[in-house]
Amino acid sequence: MRIKTISRSVDEFTRERSQDLQRVFHNFDPSLRPMEKAVEYQRALTAAKLEKIFARPFVGAMDGHRDGISCMAKNPNYLKGIFSASMDGDIRLWDIATRRTVCQFPGHQGAVRGLTVSTDGNVLVSCGIDSTVRLWNVPRPSLEDSDLSSEKSAEPSAVYVCKNALLAVDHQFEGELFATSGAQIDIWNHNRSQPVHSFKPGNDSVISVRFNPGEPDILAVSSNDRRMIIYDIRMSSAAREIRMQTKTNSIAWNPMEPMNFTGANEDGNCYSFDGRKNEEAKCVHKDHVSAVMDIDFSPTGREFVTGSYDRSVRIFPYNGGHSREIYHTKRMQRVFCVKYSSDATYVISGSDDTNLRLWKAKASEQLGVILPREQKKHEYNEAVKNRYKHLPEIKRIVRHRHLPKPIYKAIAESRAVNNAKKRKDDRRKASSAPGTIVTKPLRTRRIINEREVE
Amino acid sequence: MEVDLEDNNLMENVLPPDEQEIDVELEAKEKKYLRGEGANLESLKDKKLKTQLASREKLYGKSAKAAAKIEKWLLPASAGYLETDGLEKTWRIKQTDIAKEVDILSSRNQYDIVLPDFGPYKLDFTASGRHMLAGGRKGHLALVDMLNMNLIREIHVRETVRDVAFLHNDQFFAAAQKKYAYIYGRDGTELHCLKERGPVARLRFLKNHFLLASVNKIGQLHYQDVTYGDMVASIRTGKGRTDVMEVNPHNGVVALGHSGGTVTMWKPTSQAPLVQMQCHPGPVSSVAFHPNGHLMATSGKERKVKIWDLRKFEEVQTIHGFHAKTLSFSQKGLLAAGTGSFVQVLGDSSGNYSRYMSHSMVKGYQVEKVMFRPYEDVLGIGHSMGWSSVLIPGSGEPNFDSWVANPFETSKQRREKEVHLLLDKLPPETIMLDPSKIGAMRPSRRKEKPTRGEIEAEKEVAIEAAKGVEMKKKTKGRNKPSKRTKKKKEMVENAKKTFPGEEQGNVAGKKRRIGDVDAAELPASLKRFARKN
Repeated sequence: MRIKTISRSVDEFTRERSQDLQRVFHNFDPSLRPMEKAVEYQRALTAAKLEKIFARPFVGAMDGHRDGISCMAKNPNYLKGIFSASMDGDIRLWDIATRRTVCQFPGHQGAVRGLTVSTDGNVLVSCGIDSTVRLWNVPRPSLEDSDLSSEKSAEPSAVYVCKNALLAVDHQFEGELFATSGAQIDIWNHNRSQPVHSFKPGNDSVISVRFNPGEPDILAVSSNDRRMIIYDIRMSSAAREIRMQTKTNSIAWNPMEPMNFTGANEDGNCYSFDGRKNEEAKCVHKDHVSAVMDIDFSPTGREFVTGSYDRSVRIFPYNGGHSREIYHTKRMQRVFCVKYSSDATYVISGSDDTNLRLWKAKASEQLGVILPREQKKHEYNEAVKNRYKHLPEIKRIVRHRHLPKPIYKAIAESRAVNNAKKRKDDRRKASSAPGTIVTKPLRTRRIINEREVE
Repeated sequence: MEVDLEDNNLMENVLPPDEQEIDVELEAKEKKYLRGEGANLESLKDKKLKTQLASREKLYGKSAKAAAKIEKWLLPASAGYLETDGLEKTWRIKQTDIAKEVDILSSRNQYDIVLPDFGPYKLDFTASGRHMLAGGRKGHLALVDMLNMNLIREIHVRETVRDVAFLHNDQFFAAAQKKYAYIYGRDGTELHCLKERGPVARLRFLKNHFLLASVNKIGQLHYQDVTYGDMVASIRTGKGRTDVMEVNPHNGVVALGHSGGTVTMWKPTSQAPLVQMQCHPGPVSSVAFHPNGHLMATSGKERKVKIWDLRKFEEVQTIHGFHAKTLSFSQKGLLAAGTGSFVQVLGDSSGNYSRYMSHSMVKGYQVEKVMFRPYEDVLGIGHSMGWSSVLIPGSGEPNFDSWVANPFETSKQRREKEVHLLLDKLPPETIMLDPSKIGAMRPSRRKEKPTRGEIEAEKEVAIEAAKGVEMKKKTKGRNKPSKRTKKKKEMVENAKKTFPGEEQGNVAGKKRRIGDVDAAELPASLKRFARKN
């Protein structure tokens, strides 16, 4: 007879000394866990509710400008600082941690329309409607500068004058060139007082410029005649152009997939394109009710933030048609510029009410140092919530956002209008010969034409 | 602990034969961890969703493989067994023989506690098997720590105790006494007197839902949430007095066995039973559920024990010969049946239950309850002279999970676990026959318009209801019969009216022109306006 019974010695299963950790044993057998799906669902519900309880996205506002904020620039080498410029010519460098101005750059007469920093973080380039381009030396932050009450002010290291008002500026990635746009697109070198290259895309002004982070010689511009044009500065003319039904206010390249770019359009949608294939938009991001003024990608390339004329800031996934988050305050008026911070944690918006606002990118995120166990618990909550977020009870909680009344009403109205239109189109299609009426998808509907220039 | 998984598809041809056997074994284990079939991705048209789900399915496959490997190599203990060579039969082996062969720690688990004065004893164990509660019929309650054989607390309530049950941990227990049920704390203080239930015959606790279920002498089923004391449901079963009640651990459904031979299953949110099964020709003596929730054992007074499959509600096996007063399944699926002073343990070899072991006690020791101790190879027997404990090798789960039930819990761990249990408390609506339906989506059906026949049937019901309503008798001269009849007529007319949108398609809203009317219907002077078809 062979016999064996379970016998557990207490020493094996308990700790030896009081300074040891408690021993933990695992058995992943599902038969030990009855009703595990119901328990998981309950945990998902609790996680969704907790996320809403801890959702406090607004961190603070940076007050100091005396006129509406027109543009912002982030320094790629220094995480804590951000540059902002206002409509009265006031340029400031802010310290985000203390939310105070570190340095002011006075000099522009009139609105500053473009602001950009070189990749090594030393030179700030600004341009405005007074037809000047000014180059400034960015002050190095040092440890002795703990005296925050005194705001330094700097002198421009160079001032270049042009013929017409300038509307945008952007600096080449890992290069010495920067591009300004106004009546035409000019490529400048830091040391020359005249532009090195010029491109004239047409008779209308060019309102925004963006260099590609992956290919330093490729440049995307958007002009007032509703075109988005991609240039290669080594060639003498445009490479590709897309004409849409409404103008694009701002363009941003995806830092992780540099062939894709997204344009913030005047009709309230953002259109993502593959730079190599322009026949149709890759994705249409719809949620704003009014013109989208500015767009910036997160350094992860997975999300982007948009600021719109309808007084709200939205965060979209890079491949999703609807926003995952909306931020708004009673005091925030028309948002003209937004930036995603370089550590993908914060979103900064500059608006018409002279304030820069700092928001968390993930509203219920716990900032600061997180213990590994806390981190695991957060990840588990996120995963279990994503597993059940299509079920009605949890979907209602996760989707719920408080919208300001004007936006809520505008969305309801546009939904009613679109439904009526769709119904009429469906009936027209149903009562005509099959194949005669073809519905174009939204991805192609808004593009009038596109061409590739040799 | 990270298990490095390499894709060894190419190497399969080169593996030695014993490694291939291990692969086959691991595949069988993997199936358990996969928890069912994968999703059917072929029918999806959405490409983005398809790729997302495909990568998710791959991840599930990997984690199932890792779990199977952990089960094979990393678990600290292995299951018990009892094997005989050839001529010896396992059911003839006595406990005294086992005691000689087994180690000292295990042999300490075999004992008889003789308490002849206080009547037949009922037992209950906590989920981890560490604590035991014994309740004697004449009022003796004892809380014992089984690891050290330490008597934590014993009290004498001086009235009949019919059943005892632990709540979520060893800190609280409930006793069904003569007139009411009471909840006690660990140190024996009476915390609550549950008066609403009446004289309780059987008490059971549903762990995931924190519901204390009981059936009383009138045959009413009560569910009470013990976290805040709300009576969630009190159901009149309508089948008379019964004291056979068990909880199915897999789905939280309560089964009652009745004197007509039926077993009914209940959930707190409905007044009618979920299932009614005719199990025996005579009264049902006891019911027991296999931990995986698919098998149920019932015994009747006609000296048969039947094993039922709960997925198809069919009888799988009948065991003849003895009238089992009490039944219990162990974690590994062994079935213990107690009759008179004899306990028989049946084990399943390839789906068939056959004699595995047996234990007979002195004639005076009448078995009242058998219950397997969780995570140990021990069977607890409560009888008329106290309680005993015998060794049944292979009955308990050898490896416990500290996050589910930890027999070596410290008080700090116990407090943390209580908080987590409360956070994961399931609402009573989640009790259903198939618990895997939670989280599944039903295909959305478009709301069907009611047919004409249905509308008319509803209308007739409304008319009947209007005719049958009792009118309020008014005072001060306002109660004229003419007014009353007028009001009643008005109500019936209202019931006959249809809502403006409800009439079926063509009838409502169609303008009828004079020309559409049939020529025969028109008066003579208007006949010339009838439409000629």
